[in-house]
Amino acid sequence: MSSFWSWFIIILTVANVAAAIWLMQANTKRAPGETDTTGHKWDGDLEEFNNPLPRWWLILFYVTVVFSVGYLTLYPGLGSFAGTTGWSQVGQYEEQMAAAEEKYAAFYERFAGMELAAIAADQDAMRAAGNIFGNRCAQCHGSDGRGAVGFPNLTDDAWQWGSTPDALLASIGNGRNGAMPPMGAAVGGDEAIDEVVAYVRSLSGLEAQADKAAAGQQRFATVCAACHGPDAKGNPMLGAPNLTDDSWRYGSSVEDIRYSIVNGRSNQMPAQLDALGEDRVRLMAAYVLQLSGSTGE
Amino acid sequence: MERASTYNDHVVRQFTIMTIVWGVVGMLVGVIIAAQLLWPALNFDVSWLSYGRLRPLHTNAVIFAFGGSALFATSYYVVQRTCHVRLFSDGLAAFTFWGWQLIIVLAAITLPLGLTQGKEYAELVWPIDVLIAAVWVAYAVVFFGTVVLRKVKHIYVANWFYGAFIITIAVLHIVNSLALPTSLTHSYPVYSGVVDAMVQWWYGHNAVGFFLTAGFLGMMYYFIPKQAGRPVYSYRLSVVHFWALISIYMWAGPHHLHYTTLPDWAQSLGMVFSLILLAPSWGGMINGIMTLSGAWHKLRTDPILKFLIVSLSFYGMSTFEGPMMSIKTVNALSHYTDWTIGHVHSGALGWVAMVSIGCVYALLPKLFNREAMYSVKLIDVHFWISTIGVVLYIAAMWMAGVMQGLMWRAVNDDGTLTYTFIESLNATYPFYAVRLLGGTLFLVGMLVMVYNTWLTIRGSKPAEQAVAQPA
Repeated sequence: MSSFWSWFIIILTVANVAAAIWLMQANTKRAPGETDTTGHKWDGDLEEFNNPLPRWWLILFYVTVVFSVGYLTLYPGLGSFAGTTGWSQVGQYEEQMAAAEEKYAAFYERFAGMELAAIAADQDAMRAAGNIFGNRCAQCHGSDGRGAVGFPNLTDDAWQWGSTPDALLASIGNGRNGAMPPMGAAVGGDEAIDEVVAYVRSLSGLEAQADKAAAGQQRFATVCAACHGPDAKGNPMLGAPNLTDDSWRYGSSVEDIRYSIVNGRSNQMPAQLDALGEDRVRLMAAYVLQLSGSTGE
Repeated sequence: MERASTYNDHVVRQFTIMTIVWGVVGMLVGVIIAAQLLWPALNFDVSWLSYGRLRPLHTNAVIFAFGGSALFATSYYVVQRTCHVRLFSDGLAAFTFWGWQLIIVLAAITLPLGLTQGKEYAELVWPIDVLIAAVWVAYAVVFFGTVVLRKVKHIYVANWFYGAFIITIAVLHIVNSLALPTSLTHSYPVYSGVVDAMVQWWYGHNAVGFFLTAGFLGMMYYFIPKQAGRPVYSYRLSVVHFWALISIYMWAGPHHLHYTTLPDWAQSLGMVFSLILLAPSWGGMINGIMTLSGAWHKLRTDPILKFLIVSLSFYGMSTFEGPMMSIKTVNALSHYTDWTIGHVHSGALGWVAMVSIGCVYALLPKLFNREAMYSVKLIDVHFWISTIGVVLYIAAMWMAGVMQGLMWRAVNDDGTLTYTFIESLNATYPFYAVRLLGGTLFLVGMLVMVYNTWLTIRGSKPAEQAVAQPA
């Protein structure tokens, strides 16, 4: 803040409060010779008494002024004057975060080198992780971890990005960007798309016309297999889902699958490392493993 | 009788009736969205019935349609009576009536359609903003034109407050609504980032200070002494609290932005001035309530006076609560919780609505040439229903708010949050139910008023009233 603006603020502030004080002082008591009423009269019977200001009310006013003077001495307020305490909200935040870190670090540090399976067996760890999950993860994955349309179910054994400890830590810590490109044109027109849809449904045993599915298999092998693999079991390195299981991120109906192929899909898991720190990310990875009943392969 | 020798009560009648109509509409929408918070399915998956669109409709309807009509009606009535002259211009007065109604109808169409500027209490899209500015300038011309023509030297205190309200709202509305239009229904504000936020809450808080406080204090200053048949308690208190109130209110906006990216100094000044505002705010309450000294017995028999005096009690409560909530330590608990909603409604229902209702009951017989309202008993019924409604409403929201604030900050031994947000929401449901009951009671009270009003004005032949000679 330039010194002009600083003084501008200071002068306006002080002048306004001083004017209010003057106003109170100048009108506190009745001037000698004043009468009970002001003598003004409107609309037949509207009149005004001229009573002095109630004392308790004046005291209340002065108390708030005194408090304010004290406050503006101790805390920032008067332009660029920072106040004698040196307080700032950023400073307060950093102080509180540092204090919290000091207080709670010990609890989380002991998980630093621990196997995920061992953490998952630790009740204290899982209680803390459950609370973190409720506040940071449940918004998308659901409070029971079963996901929603567009958001993965964490309780099954389908793993889009893999379930090794490293893969889990990376998914949670750094986040993931999943993208299925729009493939309608590459697949080759409406009929071709219908065939691929039939084939994809047949992969997991859903109802599909056999001849269409057979035709779709050819197309799948030339276009889709690049990511989903020739056996359609997916590729965790690319985040390409396994199409042969019964886990469906965007639904398994003909319409849903068709939409996925024609328009593509994109989704994002936001990175948590900055907010949680490594130890808590580790805790969450163990929690997610525990949710799915897996031990981390 | 010549026109100039009578009061223009036609426009006052129009605004008075619309006060009741918009009161019912605005509060009905409020009840609907209160029910939606309890049963979200009540939006029936129809976009224009969704909470996010009906909520601004509710706030605009009660503040600007209901409150605004009450302010227009009473200010036109009061300025004529206390200046001893007919309104400056009948044509402009009629323009303000039809213009204001058009704005309300446009708001009722655009807000459910999802057309919004996204600024709280200033949601309306820019063409409507322009119309508001035009109507408001006409309002100022009619009001101040009448004051200029007055037949008495001294300007009555009610008119100071109405005047301050009219001027300030013009400034606030225009500055906050400055925007670059990109189409008929869309625009970008000229401010960005934290400056935009600060301008918005400078507007937002002073909309409370000048629309909902100064304007209604103007109402109070005419109707309480009239109804009580007593002189105003203290002229010098009027002077002191008027100037202190309007100068200090202007600073209080930043308390809406505590612990945000607003610079620390601005937050501190917002808090400090909010605290200094306490006594000037209470000046109006003291002046109104003390006007009754020597006539307290009238409270037993006159339900209109009950409305007026109880409204001042709620005013005093809200203007105490406000400064307390502006203290950063308190705000850290109360902000973003339903406590704020409770605070707003103790002001909006307890103060603004109840003082307006009292004034409308006082006005109706005079405007429609009747001795009194059709049923004084029903005014009393209305009074008790709404008082119970307000108390249920704000008590529920206070408890819900404090509970939410405490749940959100509760921390376990391992540093994790004790409760998830959804748990705090679950715990709020019983309070939402009580709030719905309180709001519904208030609406029922309004329906009693509609019935009483209908039977009062049905078949009446309003007479032109002669301008009184100054004493």
